[in-house]
Amino acid sequence: MNERKIVIPGETIVKGKEFLPGEGTEKRGDEIVALRYGLAEEYNNLAKVIPLSGVYQPRRGNIIIGKVEELTFNGWVIDIGTAERAFLPLTEVPRYVDKNGLHEVIDVGEMAVAKIWGINARGIDLSIKSRGLGKIDEGLLFKINPNKVPRVIGKEGSMIKLIKDETGCNITVGQNGWIWIKGEKIENELYAKRAIIFVTEKSFMSGLTEELKKWFTENKK
Amino acid sequence: METPELTGNRMKKYLEGGKRFDGRGVEEYREMIIETGVSANAEGSARVKLGKTEVLVGIKMGVGEPYPDSQDKGNLMVTAELLPLSSSRYENGPPKFPAIELGRVTDRIIRESKFIELNKLVIKEGEKVWTVFVDIYSINDDGNLLDAAGIGAIAALKTAKIPKYDEKEGKVLFGEWTTKNIPLSKETPISITLHKIGNRFVVDPTLEEEDIAETRLTIGRTKDNISSMQKGNPQPISIEDLHKAIDLSEKMYTEVFKRIEKVVK
Repeated sequence: MNERKIVIPGETIVKGKEFLPGEGTEKRGDEIVALRYGLAEEYNNLAKVIPLSGVYQPRRGNIIIGKVEELTFNGWVIDIGTAERAFLPLTEVPRYVDKNGLHEVIDVGEMAVAKIWGINARGIDLSIKSRGLGKIDEGLLFKINPNKVPRVIGKEGSMIKLIKDETGCNITVGQNGWIWIKGEKIENELYAKRAIIFVTEKSFMSGLTEELKKWFTENKK
Repeated sequence: METPELTGNRMKKYLEGGKRFDGRGVEEYREMIIETGVSANAEGSARVKLGKTEVLVGIKMGVGEPYPDSQDKGNLMVTAELLPLSSSRYENGPPKFPAIELGRVTDRIIRESKFIELNKLVIKEGEKVWTVFVDIYSINDDGNLLDAAGIGAIAALKTAKIPKYDEKEGKVLFGEWTTKNIPLSKETPISITLHKIGNRFVVDPTLEEEDIAETRLTIGRTKDNISSMQKGNPQPISIEDLHKAIDLSEKMYTEVFKRIEKVVK
């Protein structure tokens, strides 16, 4: 099976003892059954489903963008669109922070880029100890469907690189669907936003990078 | 999740140049599509689309007793429901503040402008009168549900037919209609909602714009008269701004009225 097909939960993807269940699937007798709505793919006898809808599933190492919900005595509670609450502890901030001055670093309602460094029973732990992470000072922020993030980034970042080159903006894509664009002019930021929305709307197409190149020549400012 | 403050700052800055994120001018509506007669069972119905915003309005009529304080008048009931399918912000359950407000604001626009001639909907004074039910459902919320609902209610009322009524049995024969329309006044009221973002008023905001707007003012008006008003959001509105808003609403009225008239003759 080379072509991807759309499956719904409970639908049989492939039949046969030689197949193994991958992400978003389950083995029921001889059959590999989809557990999520999405595109079914089978490669090297491994069947999996690339989900098209649903909430963001946090993974260790993901870069995400979230909104600060609450300050506690030892860190920040951040909403990243998951069922569990994400926590950024004081110790994961790369500079000295006064215990009463948490709001000076990131205040409630502000947005920040962070990395997931652990998921456990208590919730999700975040860190801003790498380059490019931390509070967002200015720019344009909007949310897309988190399942479409891989398409926006493209193979080895080809899609996002194309958008960055064409619009001249800095773009950070959070795995949870939030996107942060910062450019010199608001026009450029909106241009980049339109390009990203184009990608999300056409996410089912193959050869989308070529399609986007065409879009850029057609929609040149 | 709500629109972040940073995006709001960008929007305000861009708006200073008179431009909006989707390329519209401040006094420009999104593409407006009005369809009538979308429901086979309702007395009248309309579907209104404003860009991605979509609202369904249905009219049903029944016979009931008049209220004690208006024995010689028919009844009007407007209810709104914000369906969970229309936005991730709405959930199932009893109506919350936004849904109640949407219903009541639309109710007031129709009632206070005396659009429906309720005194002509009396079957027997003090005993039996027609009740007009206006039901509003949101199909998709991308901002400005207030105006979409107002336009939908007017379009649906204008095309509604009164059902047949069996006087002997005292029963309404649902599914059979007379050729009579609901008695309406000549002047059509329309709801014009203005949002103040930064120091400018915009019409027909998207959800993003609604999120960052400081003040909201809904004006229910006919060509020459203002019959109702509703102010929303916490920020106050100054007297000069109010005058500006009223002038703007007059301008917008002619524009929106033209589009409604095209669909409903």
